[in-house]
Amino acid sequence: MSDLDLSPLLHRLESYHSRGRTSLLPALHDAQQIYGYIPRVAAEAVGQALNVPLAEIYGVIEFYSLFYSQPVGKTVIHVCNDPACALAGSETLFKQIRFQQEAAPTGNSSSSLTIEMAPCLGLCEHAPAVLVQGQPVARADRQTWQDLVSGRGERPSSLLGGTVSILTANCGLGHTVELSEYLDLGGYQALRKALQTPPRQIIEEIKAAGLVGRGGAAFPTGLKWEAAANAPGSVKYVVCNADEAEPGTFKDRVLMEDDPHSILEGIIIAGYAIGAQKGYVYIRGEYLLPYQAMKKAVEDAREAGFLGNNILDTDFNFDIEIRRGAGAYICGEETALFESIEGKRGFPRLKPPFPTTHGLFGKPTVINNVETLANVPVIIRKGAAHYRKLGTEKSPGSKLFCLSGDVVRPGLYEVPFGIPFHHLLYDLAGGVRPGHHLQAALFGGAAGAFATPDHLNVRLTFEDLKEAGLPLGSGVITVFDETRDLRDICLRLARFFAEESCGKCYPCQMGTQRQFEILERIARGEVQQEDWERLQDVGWTMTDSSLCGLGQTAASAILSAMKHFPHLFQPI
Amino acid sequence: MSETIRLTIDQQTVEVPAGSTILQAAQQAGIQIPTICYHDHCTANGLCRICGVEVEGTRTLQPACVVQVRDGMVIHTRSERVIRSRRTILEMLASSVDLSESPEIQAMIQEYSSDLYRFPDAEARRPTVIDDNPMYIRDYAKCILCWRCVQVCAEDAQYTYAINFSGRGYETQISTFYEIPMPESTCVFCGQCVGVCPTGALKPKRQWLLEMGYSPDEIMSLTRSQRQRRKRREEISANPS
Repeated sequence: MSDLDLSPLLHRLESYHSRGRTSLLPALHDAQQIYGYIPRVAAEAVGQALNVPLAEIYGVIEFYSLFYSQPVGKTVIHVCNDPACALAGSETLFKQIRFQQEAAPTGNSSSSLTIEMAPCLGLCEHAPAVLVQGQPVARADRQTWQDLVSGRGERPSSLLGGTVSILTANCGLGHTVELSEYLDLGGYQALRKALQTPPRQIIEEIKAAGLVGRGGAAFPTGLKWEAAANAPGSVKYVVCNADEAEPGTFKDRVLMEDDPHSILEGIIIAGYAIGAQKGYVYIRGEYLLPYQAMKKAVEDAREAGFLGNNILDTDFNFDIEIRRGAGAYICGEETALFESIEGKRGFPRLKPPFPTTHGLFGKPTVINNVETLANVPVIIRKGAAHYRKLGTEKSPGSKLFCLSGDVVRPGLYEVPFGIPFHHLLYDLAGGVRPGHHLQAALFGGAAGAFATPDHLNVRLTFEDLKEAGLPLGSGVITVFDETRDLRDICLRLARFFAEESCGKCYPCQMGTQRQFEILERIARGEVQQEDWERLQDVGWTMTDSSLCGLGQTAASAILSAMKHFPHLFQPI
Repeated sequence: MSETIRLTIDQQTVEVPAGSTILQAAQQAGIQIPTICYHDHCTANGLCRICGVEVEGTRTLQPACVVQVRDGMVIHTRSERVIRSRRTILEMLASSVDLSESPEIQAMIQEYSSDLYRFPDAEARRPTVIDDNPMYIRDYAKCILCWRCVQVCAEDAQYTYAINFSGRGYETQISTFYEIPMPESTCVFCGQCVGVCPTGALKPKRQWLLEMGYSPDEIMSLTRSQRQRRKRREEISANPS
């Protein structure tokens, strides 16, 4: 180990020196890129350069599933193991890849493969999906072994549908919309307009538009901005939450890959409105292509004067930094995301205080989801009144829905709020796969709840769904036909939470594990009389007592399955 | 902070100084709220949630050790939801770790009628004892992840930063850098971590050996080689030539 050449790493660490611990994840990504994993001496060098205690560096490496403290194969393949991909045969695919690897003669390139089951990769409309060295492969079951291993597999292209294209206006063109094209399409007009408007008026416009957060919590965006703008202090931040990891969600990936500048424009306007000088985009570690697209967009925008000092010849200075996560669903929780940017394990913080007063680096921060920020230029360009022409009073505008599973045309659908579920499923997405009918649909992902055919008439708005006991969440709808064993789906959701729990608070740390163990047994057909009450107690304890939103929703899909399909959890 | 807050805990009106936590307010009123991870001299993180209470108007139970009182708060410390959470957390704890040297937690298990065998097929955390230094042993099968040792090793007391975490979720364990033996770490053997450990997961080595039935003389001879090695190391570092 001592003969490891540290010079390439030390060279890269030089640029991080002055910034200290916040550069920890970028530095660890660098080390892993150079050495294939993070050798101990490399971690020591990182600690020395950034002045971070070594034990804490190890704690960080160990927290994120994409960081390896031990050597791994030259090529790492991640096979998605969550519901949509499982329905498409990911389990078989995983076994086949393993088998191919074992059958390959030693010394062959496949001997340096590491194959791992992965949580949802956000490629649900291309199921079964895999990542080969971070590069996505669509319909991996149709690829030859050689193509798959060498990374020549089919690249996913955006599958779009719906009845309006406002947020997705520039998506699905088959390429990333670059700056010049974005400008031709009317891009950065909203920013120009915004910079000639007092910041307060921008906030009023967002409030008037009735925009609410699209990440799952549905908090009114204008109120959030107002709170951060009013918070004392001159240093403020805007953070774009692009840690899209809710199983079944892929909308932010499509937006970032196809139209990154619309998101940047939203972030810059937010920064101007609240008086921030800096923005961060935190993109989940599995999203390599969106990361590259966003990074390029930032560089181009900076060069063209949309970022940096004196933006568009005003006295407004603002810049954006793109950050990568490293495999941790919990970092989608806003305070865990801050911790991660600060170079720590992604433990959620106690709230209050809230991010609008004590956010990133303890400063007032607005943190918004990608889709939320993509709405901002739309609202500013045409005004709140125009924006409200779509949707309902309480849910104005359009919404992106991620449809996957047993549906004829999986993909990303943009529709006005208010259309009924059956219209989206049957008229737009072609319905349940031929010869089958709807058994259930999971709304809101792993942290969501099951809908049944009784819910087909529910209108897709925040208010209607709430009344029906369904979360809109981030717009995930995973469809299951009558042949599917929902116990297996519940088991996958439970495994997801057991693997993604950060371990900070007891109810979630142990509850997700106990829930998983019980469901594992139930899925094997060994249901015990007491399991019903065990699952209820564990589920409600997590819901009532967990520290953060992850733990509080880690049982919600399972409790909803128990409500709608009680016989699945009882002995025969 | 001379302002006084008036609130209701279990139908009892309580007046406390502003800035008090629910836990402090309850203590003042003579109402017992159980705690596990909380320690008077460590930063409270609200990890164990055993102190959760029902505050009217809030969706989830509130950790009494960190939530500050507000005027007019109405709190129930023994509602059905509170009891269910406490009982279940204790049952999950009993199925995860060895609580044989945690008398306080055992008393809580009695009080909340927790069933020690509620989760018969639970996978317990049973790492082997780490005996890598002459001062203390680490028996993480008894570790309840209260974080106190990590905190006193860092900003809560010693600023030594010898330990942090490995793994995450249920697999979390307290660990040194790349799991190196403690003497190779930055540990200064101050013993503060041993002092705050509530479950016997960290224990003075001699106590551990005595409990295993060794006589003081045997212990002296058992640890002699370690002491000599240490002495040699110190001599070498003092006089490298």
